[in-house]
Amino acid sequence: MPDLGDFAAAVLSSYGVTIVLLAALIALSARSARQARARLNRAEQQDKDRAGRG
Amino acid sequence: MDVSFEGDYIAAMSIWSYANPKKFIATTTPIMPWLWALAIGLTVAGLVWGFFFTPDARGFGANVKIIFVHVPSALMAINAWLMMLVASLIWLIRRHHVSALAAKAAAPVGLVMTLIALVTGAIWGQVTWTTWWVWDARLTAFFVLFLFYLGYIALWSALEDPDTAADLTSILVMVGSVFAVLSRYAVVFWGDQGLHQPASFSMDRETNISSVYWWPSVLAMAGFVLLFIVLVILRTRTEIRLRRAAALERRAYAEAAQRGQVVDA
Repeated sequence: MPDLGDFAAAVLSSYGVTIVLLAALIALSARSARQARARLNRAEQQDKDRAGRG
Repeated sequence: MDVSFEGDYIAAMSIWSYANPKKFIATTTPIMPWLWALAIGLTVAGLVWGFFFTPDARGFGANVKIIFVHVPSALMAINAWLMMLVASLIWLIRRHHVSALAAKAAAPVGLVMTLIALVTGAIWGQVTWTTWWVWDARLTAFFVLFLFYLGYIALWSALEDPDTAADLTSILVMVGSVFAVLSRYAVVFWGDQGLHQPASFSMDRETNISSVYWWPSVLAMAGFVLLFIVLVILRTRTEIRLRRAAALERRAYAEAAQRGQVVDA
């Protein structure tokens, strides 16, 4: 760990905010990607089932 | 048809063919793992190098390490909006849905980049110049850009018809672009009033910052650019799938209604 002197709080909070916000953005984007894929798979399966019946 | 014209024509056609949602997903699927690895690898390398292996700077002390998160995020905050402008113009002119969805997908990423730049800039300002904020041209334009990001996202959510939403948000992007450009060039237009100096990064060795800080900065900036690209692709794919799912659900609902199987809540 480098010696940050009087600037420790400023530097660490800057990196902390950046990492937390980027990690949250990546996690939320990945979650909505998973949910969208599942919703489309469900809709396509129901569409196929209907076509099979019809 | 002239041979060279035919060649140009085919090249142009191949660019626009990526506006086909199916082709967009098929093309981006194999490159996503590589893009993720490169984006995260470069970002981590730039930040680790900048945080652990750069010396204190005269006049700034260890505070200079904030540059490695502040500059890349500010860069992407502005360029994300410019990418949204290009995508919105393509939507308005050529009506390609993927470009409208790409602009929509980029907005939250740009918003987060703007927020990071605002927060880290305020921290930098407080430690270096003992002020969190001044209403100079660049900071004010940057804050207005942040509000435009919020307005853009809110407008997409507020309108039910996706084509109307794409039209209106595209116009909003054009208006907001004034502030994106002002954020970048305010120092050039009005001199170095306020907290910002003229550009620290340039190809001119005389005016450029020391290479001790330049290399990790470039790595971090490349990482943030790739992170933006990979997130926009991921989120565009999500938007394409949601739109397709919504269309299928609407069709199923309409067929059920025709058969009299729909019970209103």
